[in-house]
Amino acid sequence: MALQSQSSARKTYRLARDNVFAALFASSVVAGVLVLAWLLFEVFIDSFGWLDWQFLSSYSSRHPDQAGVLAPIAGTFWVIILTAVMTVPVGIATAIYLEEFAPANRVTRLIQLNISNLAGVPSVVYGLLGLAIFVQYLFDGQRSLLAGALTLSLLVMPIVIIASQEAIRAVPPSYRDAAYAMGATRWQVVKMVVLPQAIPSMMSGIILAMSRAIGETAPILVVSSLVFITYVPTTPFDRFTVLPLQIVTWVSQPQDDFRHIAAAAIVILLVMLLTMNAAAIYIRAKFQRRAEY
Amino acid sequence: MAVERGAFRVGHDQVSTDPLDGVQERSNTLSLRRDDSRLASHRSRRHFEESAVLWVLRAAALVSVLATIGIVTVLVSQSIGFFQEEICVLNEGEPIKPCEPGVNGTLTHVGIVDFLTGTKWSPLFKPYREVGQSFGVLPLVAGTFLVAAVAGVVSLTLGIGAAIFLSEYAPENVRRVIKPILEVLAGIPTVVYGYFALLTLGPALRLVIGEDNLGTFSALSAGLVMGIMIMPMVTTLSEDAMISVPRSLRDAAFALGATRFEVATKVVVPAALSGIVSSFILAVSRAVGETMIVYLAAGGRPNLTFNPLEAVQAMTAFIVNVALGDTPHGEIEYYTIFVVGLLLFLITLVMNILGRWVVQRFRQEYE
Repeated sequence: MALQSQSSARKTYRLARDNVFAALFASSVVAGVLVLAWLLFEVFIDSFGWLDWQFLSSYSSRHPDQAGVLAPIAGTFWVIILTAVMTVPVGIATAIYLEEFAPANRVTRLIQLNISNLAGVPSVVYGLLGLAIFVQYLFDGQRSLLAGALTLSLLVMPIVIIASQEAIRAVPPSYRDAAYAMGATRWQVVKMVVLPQAIPSMMSGIILAMSRAIGETAPILVVSSLVFITYVPTTPFDRFTVLPLQIVTWVSQPQDDFRHIAAAAIVILLVMLLTMNAAAIYIRAKFQRRAEY
Repeated sequence: MAVERGAFRVGHDQVSTDPLDGVQERSNTLSLRRDDSRLASHRSRRHFEESAVLWVLRAAALVSVLATIGIVTVLVSQSIGFFQEEICVLNEGEPIKPCEPGVNGTLTHVGIVDFLTGTKWSPLFKPYREVGQSFGVLPLVAGTFLVAAVAGVVSLTLGIGAAIFLSEYAPENVRRVIKPILEVLAGIPTVVYGYFALLTLGPALRLVIGEDNLGTFSALSAGLVMGIMIMPMVTTLSEDAMISVPRSLRDAAFALGATRFEVATKVVVPAALSGIVSSFILAVSRAVGETMIVYLAAGGRPNLTFNPLEAVQAMTAFIVNVALGDTPHGEIEYYTIFVVGLLLFLITLVMNILGRWVVQRFRQEYE
């Protein structure tokens, strides 16, 4: 009897411990979600009443109530389009080479290892690369849109390559085998079988990589520096600013009103990111539905 | 269906438009021999296309190799420039006055050992410059790791707790909702976290801890926010490791009467330990390389301390700070950002390699 009651007390303790820790583990998820909610809540409250047409259509100003984000929005679009134009072809081509053409040897493994290491290099180091090679060497000290886009392009390249490789790997080998059996060459297999199947999933990965580029601040800060720009850039050789840089400038100002326009600019940045992520999810979902039958 | 249709279409194109290699091999029948030259030209054109494509693809793959070479070359060459520059150092016993070579100071190079072990970092500020600059990088390294340590504690506790919850406790439908929400945390731009750390969490912490104990800038507020930022990384990677622990191990433990907590801590976590440790190393490496949170919220003055309530300057924050100023190209102040960048690059590289090595070396294989 004594033994039985002892073991039942022990069992009660173990079950209680199980439930307590279930609650603890769940609360760490809740903590993450709550901080996210708090952050978004703060941003929206801070920006309330500041986000209007005047804000979207004006240039930066010393007076918070007259300041706007026209130049940074234009700069962000410029940078993202230039970056995409340079990154996407090279990234996809690298992925195709590694997945479909490269011999399975040490050089290939080295390239692959190199790409995963590049993905882990701190973004500010890419800024140093851009400053030394693109700004100082290539453009002779000129801090241009093109220098910024080239820097970001190298930064997101590993992400684009890895996403494209995953998309290519997801194409069933039997598709390729069927085409090879019909006598198709490697490039014909890639062009007619692999790419048509892989492109939707690639697109979704590329959009996510570009949304990373939009939010990236440190490398652009090093390459472009903080400037007061009151024009919309018209050529890739113009100086520029982007939304994250404008946010940094305003967050660093001591006056309280700048905090509100920083929050308003953050809302615009988050809406852009949300749109891109939604697009990526939509493309992926549509693709998955099609692959099912 | 899709398989057959796709494959058929390719095969069809092949036969109708482009003669196949195999066809030409068997072309010693009369009817085909007439087309021999046409076939040969088709074939060589295709051959040319094939090798041209291969070269284009090779060139593309070379870009990422060039990027690495570029990074290493820039960092190393500018760092060599740093160690070659001469600076004026006050002679011993001289009163603090502007340093003049031959009068009260001597010209000297910065030694690598002095750089790595020096405890005073004052490369820029005018009043310091006049009494001799000092290039001991430890205050910046300490600042970086102080913030990363706070972030590591937060992300390890929350991240592994969340991973255990998701893989061992949460029903599938809860998991499917929670995971994307956590991934949103990882997708928020770091400048937004910087805003949050400086303007929201910082003031909130000052209310709790007291304004006398905590300033506007602190390693604590930067570290806490950074911990939240890298938590999804720990969660995702640890959860992947936990989920790949086979069902049978859990079933065996449950059959012996173990509770979920006992299964999680005595079976799943030990079996997935390599993945968990690796996720933690990779996340801390991310924290070390992170820039905007520390630039905005941790402070801008080098400070050798282990007290997270103080303001510190991280390596990344220093780089951005100098890059934003108008330091002329080619002076020692300009080179400092590259030598600090090289150190940062090496630290994160070692951590990333270590993180991947841990997984490969200690992975448990179950069949």
